[in-house]
Amino acid sequence: MTPEVLTLSETPWLYTGVMLVKIIVAFVATLLIVAYATYAERKIIGRMQTRMGPNMTGPKGLLQPIADGLKLFFKEDIIPSQAHWFAFILAPMMILAPAFISISVIPFGGDLQFSYDGILYAVPMQITDLNIGVLFIVAMAGLGVYGIVLAGLASNSKYALLGGIRSTAQMVSYELAVGLSIVAIFMLSETLSLRGIVAAQQLPLWGLESVSFIPNWYIFCQPLAFGLFVIGSMAEINRTPFDLPEAETELVSGFCTEYSAMKYALFFMAEYANMITVSAIATTLFLGGWGGPFYGWINFLIKVFAFMFFFIWIRATFPRLRYDQLMFLGWKIMLPLALVNIVITGIAILLW
Amino acid sequence: MFKEFAKGLSITLKHLLPGNCTTVQYPKQKLEMPPRFRGLHRLIPTPDREKCVACYLCPTVCPAKCITVVAAENEAGEKYPAVFEIDILRCIFCGYCVEACPMEAIEMTDAYELANFSRDDFHFDKQRLLKP
Repeated sequence: MTPEVLTLSETPWLYTGVMLVKIIVAFVATLLIVAYATYAERKIIGRMQTRMGPNMTGPKGLLQPIADGLKLFFKEDIIPSQAHWFAFILAPMMILAPAFISISVIPFGGDLQFSYDGILYAVPMQITDLNIGVLFIVAMAGLGVYGIVLAGLASNSKYALLGGIRSTAQMVSYELAVGLSIVAIFMLSETLSLRGIVAAQQLPLWGLESVSFIPNWYIFCQPLAFGLFVIGSMAEINRTPFDLPEAETELVSGFCTEYSAMKYALFFMAEYANMITVSAIATTLFLGGWGGPFYGWINFLIKVFAFMFFFIWIRATFPRLRYDQLMFLGWKIMLPLALVNIVITGIAILLW
Repeated sequence: MFKEFAKGLSITLKHLLPGNCTTVQYPKQKLEMPPRFRGLHRLIPTPDREKCVACYLCPTVCPAKCITVVAAENEAGEKYPAVFEIDILRCIFCGYCVEACPMEAIEMTDAYELANFSRDDFHFDKQRLLKP
């Protein structure tokens, strides 16, 4: 029996219920991962610097993120008298919302089948399968810049302003390289839907039946695009070695210098949510999404966590770039490389 | 360039392996102090009195002027310190008093947890200094 597809017109209540469950599960899971990403980051970086990391709150410090959250929740929320209060309040929300919204188009598993009222239904493990999924993600990444700029401007502080300006220049220039590196993926998959891209990656490598045990992950045919995407997205989410907008040694803490309490926590959450989003996108586009040896979403989470470990590892290892080096890398190395990659991919597609 | 990146990453990964942590969990776990560590002073006692003969060499040599000695004579006609006080708040733990003492009557122990609640608690008189 082929399963029915849930639609809003035929089974509105069931559809709405399933949708709500999917949204809640994805949101709560993301929030939990955000909370424990901070713990993992502190613990891993601590170990890499031969320290202990948090280990006092709860067994092995596992309650540390909750303690941090509680502390920030009960702190006094200060709005500087010279700040523009409306933009000041709006900025952290504007930075957090795009980070979480991008999760909604990412497929984290295959179809989930269940029967209700004697009819077998199939539910894709994805909140919504937009046919322009990748464009949506790129657009949301672009929106994230506004939050940072707004935070920098509204704080009315020179450090915050400098951080905001830096991050605008950085994110705009790296978004270009990242966007262009993804173009090569569309050319291969011939779809913008993330589900379609994952499905295309589950065929055998390069269509060869003899090596059918290796999946056709795009990291194998687009290694350059993968490298550009990872480096570029590291710059886009402002992580070390590209954390110039919040360079502690130069700018106090950049655009969030004037923020306190829960608003500051929102910036912090947005940073980690962005890290999760970028890891999830990289997994979906280059590492075959939920495909792999285990059950759907377990594969997906393993790959996402591997990426996040990589980002943390990089942060523990490399120093920050100088600003002109950052711009040089973005415009003179990554952008031409991405363009060359598109041309080569185009020629390869025409020939074969 | 990529070789250096890989080298850096491998170093941090090596540190991540268990057994590379150098932290000492201080209040729970304490390091053994080296034998020449200069901590809180102690006056060395003999069976019936303190070894100190109140020669005033230690307050003379003390750069922080934190030692107060008042000499007196006991029934046997021996010189002894009627008052021997060290103001730990002024002491710089240089150990000159130990070096200057001709009788080896003062030494420095390995006690370093000297925090206290009131200023008076930092005045170590003879009775407190004689404690082991």
